[in-house]
Amino acid sequence: MSDIELSINGKRVRRSVEDHQLLVSFLREDLGLTGTHVGCDTTQCGACVVSVDGATVKSCTMLAVQAHDTAVTTIEGVSSGATLHAVQDAFHRHHALQCGYCTAGLVITAIDLIEREGGQLTRETVAHTLKGNLCRCTGYQNIITAILDAAGCLSAPAQVAQ
Amino acid sequence: MRPFTYHRLVSDAERRTVLQSSGDAKYISGGMTLLPSMKLGLTVPSDLLDVTGLPGMRDISIEGRRVRIGAAVTHARIAEDAALRAICPAICDLARQIGDRHVRNRGTIGGSVANNDPAADYPAALLSLDASIQTETRSIAVADFLCGMFETALDEHELVTAISFEAPDAARYEKFPHPASGYAMAGVFIARTGGSYRTGITGASGQGAFRCADMERLLNAGAPVEEFASLGFDDLVIFEDRFGSRAYRENLIRVLAHRAAVHLRS
Ligand SMILES: Cc1cc2nc3c(=O)[nH]c(=O)nc-3n(C[C@H](O)[C@H](O)[C@H](O)COP(=O)(O)OP(=O)(O)OC[C@H]3O[C@@H](n4cnc5c(N)ncnc54)[C@H](O)[C@@H]3O)c2cc1C
Ligand code: FES
Ligand code: FES
Repeated sequence: MSDIELSINGKRVRRSVEDHQLLVSFLREDLGLTGTHVGCDTTQCGACVVSVDGATVKSCTMLAVQAHDTAVTTIEGVSSGATLHAVQDAFHRHHALQCGYCTAGLVITAIDLIEREGGQLTRETVAHTLKGNLCRCTGYQNIITAILDAAGCLSAPAQVAQ
Repeated sequence: MRPFTYHRLVSDAERRTVLQSSGDAKYISGGMTLLPSMKLGLTVPSDLLDVTGLPGMRDISIEGRRVRIGAAVTHARIAEDAALRAICPAICDLARQIGDRHVRNRGTIGGSVANNDPAADYPAALLSLDASIQTETRSIAVADFLCGMFETALDEHELVTAISFEAPDAARYEKFPHPASGYAMAGVFIARTGGSYRTGITGASGQGAFRCADMERLLNAGAPVEEFASLGFDDLVIFEDRFGSRAYRENLIRVLAHRAAVHLRS
């Protein structure tokens, strides 16, 4: 067991964890933050993506002990109260999800992408960036449109849902 | 995953003490290869020694044209480092093509070279750049370090501390990724220093990354790029599997080399 102390969605958390516990299971099972999903468990699908110290990571391939002394943001931490984050809002308006299993990871990835590279995103760069996030339902078209919209990079206004 | 004890190392003295008292210890850096293989039960260490907090492991330093990259520097850092891009953009472009952005945020250059996956990207660059692999006790020329598929010259528990090389005048990496895994089906790195070329080819061979003397001869002679079509690889074990025949992979190498050469000459 190891004692870890970290910030989760802005709140200090102190816990004892088994050294072999994965970050995703710590979030879901110990903290009840079940918005982060496990899809593949083989580091491929990105359903489990969270942000650790401002960098997106696959939480199924990081140990909870490795998150000691970091600041973690999960999907539960991106909206402020009842007001959706601009990316969540765009996903909603553009119908960028079907079953929603991949959505938490995609929203975290999209927020990171826009914060780092917003303003100059194109369909191609967004599609390229989503390589680490697999969606089995949507075919990605609406996901990409939603991300471009949230970034203010949707060049063809006709594409915006009314 | 089977239980183990995790140690966040902060000094070399601590590293040696922990190694003395632990059974089957393994280093962990980015964990992008190690944790998936532990989940599958392919490796069952008793102790994991996290090396990312050891002094100097996360530093990039450039003195003149000499580049030193700490072993625990992530692929994302290498892709984005402005000073490194100014002196050797090809290594930044290579790092940007590894895996996906989440993998690049955790995976490290040291973990990658210690693992020596025959489809990994860095080995091609390091051969072409004539890099040295620094460990806590010695410096190993990359040609001696890479000993074939998943094999290196590292002794048990020898720690890779840094990778260093002389920045070339120009270099280019061309990769054809496997459409599903993203690893290289073939990757060709060509570096030019003072009119002389060195190559490094990854992804295609069961012997791991290799240099191609014939390709270097064509480049050094300033041969027309069309002549790359005549390159043969008969003396090598070239992968042949359901993803690509031997002939297909050999052709990939020629095409990628052609592209890199065109880029370097333009
Ligand atoms: C989905 C996915 C896609 C990927 N795609 C690519 C790709 O396209 N190209 C590519 O090149 N790689 C790819 N990788 C591999 C990735 O680059 C890994 O980060 C890398 O191979 C291992 O580095 P690490 O820091 O994560 O090492 P770890 O997983 O922590 O360690 C790997 C091995 O090296 C040992 N080790 C680690 N650090 C040291 C050290 N300093 N000294 C001695 N031994 C050490 C460990 O004990 C372990 O045996 C991919 C990985 C994933 C999960
Ligand atoms: S569950 Fe983590 S990448 Fe799929
Ligand atoms: S919406 Fe179902 S997996 Fe993406």
